[in-house]
Amino acid sequence: MSTESWGPVQWIGAVLLWLWVLVPFGYGLYQLLTRIPALFGS
Amino acid sequence: MAAGFLTRERTVAPPGWSRWLIPPAALSIHLSIGQAYAWSVFKPPLEAGLDLSGFLSALPFTLGIIMLGLSAALFGTRVDANGPRWAMVVSSACFVSGFLISALGLYLGQYWLVVLGYGFVGGIGLGIGYISPVSTLIKWFPDRPGLSTGIAIMGFGGGALIASPLTQQLLGTFGATGANPDVGGVGNTFLVLGLIYAVFMSVGWLLIRVPPEGWAPAGWDPAAARKRPLISLANVSARNAIKTPQFWFLWVVLCFNVTAGIGILEKAAPIYRDFFPGGTTAALAAAAAGFVAILSLANAIGRILWSSTSDFLGRKNMYRIYLGVGALLYLALTLTTNTNKVVFLVCCLLILSFYGAGFATVPAYLRDLFGTYQVGAIHGRLLTAWSVAGVLGPLIVNAIADARIAAGVQGPGRYTTAFMIMIGLLVIGFVCNELIRPVDEKFHEPAVEAAARTEAAA
Repeated sequence: MSTESWGPVQWIGAVLLWLWVLVPFGYGLYQLLTRIPALFGS
Repeated sequence: MAAGFLTRERTVAPPGWSRWLIPPAALSIHLSIGQAYAWSVFKPPLEAGLDLSGFLSALPFTLGIIMLGLSAALFGTRVDANGPRWAMVVSSACFVSGFLISALGLYLGQYWLVVLGYGFVGGIGLGIGYISPVSTLIKWFPDRPGLSTGIAIMGFGGGALIASPLTQQLLGTFGATGANPDVGGVGNTFLVLGLIYAVFMSVGWLLIRVPPEGWAPAGWDPAAARKRPLISLANVSARNAIKTPQFWFLWVVLCFNVTAGIGILEKAAPIYRDFFPGGTTAALAAAAAGFVAILSLANAIGRILWSSTSDFLGRKNMYRIYLGVGALLYLALTLTTNTNKVVFLVCCLLILSFYGAGFATVPAYLRDLFGTYQVGAIHGRLLTAWSVAGVLGPLIVNAIADARIAAGVQGPGRYTTAFMIMIGLLVIGFVCNELIRPVDEKFHEPAVEAAARTEAAA
């Protein structure tokens, strides 16, 4: 139950899986952060 | 064949499966169903296009949150018995069907289909989806239950961050914005969102795995972990859990912690405008939008930050902070009002971070008290507290603020009474948290029977 026995295919799959959720989340986070400067008059 | 694919047996992890693949599978579900918090984006085009009142345009969301609590409570035991893949498939089917039924309703000009589809059918998907990965994550991360459930439940908060700008872009593309929005364009937006979520959620149910029986992380000693106060050695069934005072104390804790957070979240923009009314109308609107955004960020970060911290400080201590410090922060807001913007922002950010953390830490608290046997089902029953708070919080803040406005009160004074009530609720929650003790042995499952049931389920 660990990553010790993983080959390149497993690693690529795992990275793609995390990107699958982190890219949309990053997009949403970016859209959110762009609205915050107005709070401080920028 | 298809039913076999959904069974718990087919989801047992093969050798070499890393537990770090489970959080993204869980996030695929939670980032999708978290869309519910972005419902407000649909309100203006629905109100303008179908000539609806504010109450009617909010009805699908309200029904959805009520169904979330009810379906989590009603189907929680089945989710534990059938396993996470079954739960995620059912959740995906209901959630996506909700969008498709809503799209059909808008094409036909039948708004009741939107209420039925998004609110009722989609709401069932919300409830089952919300609890679907929780017990699996706790079993994969017995050493860090707060961190693992914090990641997933942060995803529920983060779902709106994705859905809100995406929905706005789709509405614009389909001509469903402005004073005369195209109702068919709103329907197209529902249809496209439904299809996007069908694909996005499929990764969750394809990749979710449960650990083999008896698996534990390398180097982790369960006996040492259970020496900490309040961490149970035994398991309690969902049926017995609701007979314990611990369950109901925790129900009140969650309900009042959520109510206190909603107290600010519900009227964040008007609160900011009434506290700091200076500047032009456009600048004030932008600043209020920035305030809402920074609160959303605090809500999301609090879920993972404080929930992870609970793995080290203990669940009871964390709720002491959420409720006790939360009450002091509300007191600071009430006393300082608009005299210092930095103090105002720090207080609001911490209150919202505690609000999110209350959701994220509670599954680990349940695991500590009742064991892992039916923690998903117990969590489902506890979520009825959220449904109650979802009604209670806005009711208190709106009713008091509206009464104060009608009485001609200006500025922060419109909210100070509501804030005082929130302090009272948080103090009651604090006392309930103090009263939580280890569960009486008479509620424990017999060790042999529990082991056999767990083995049969696995």
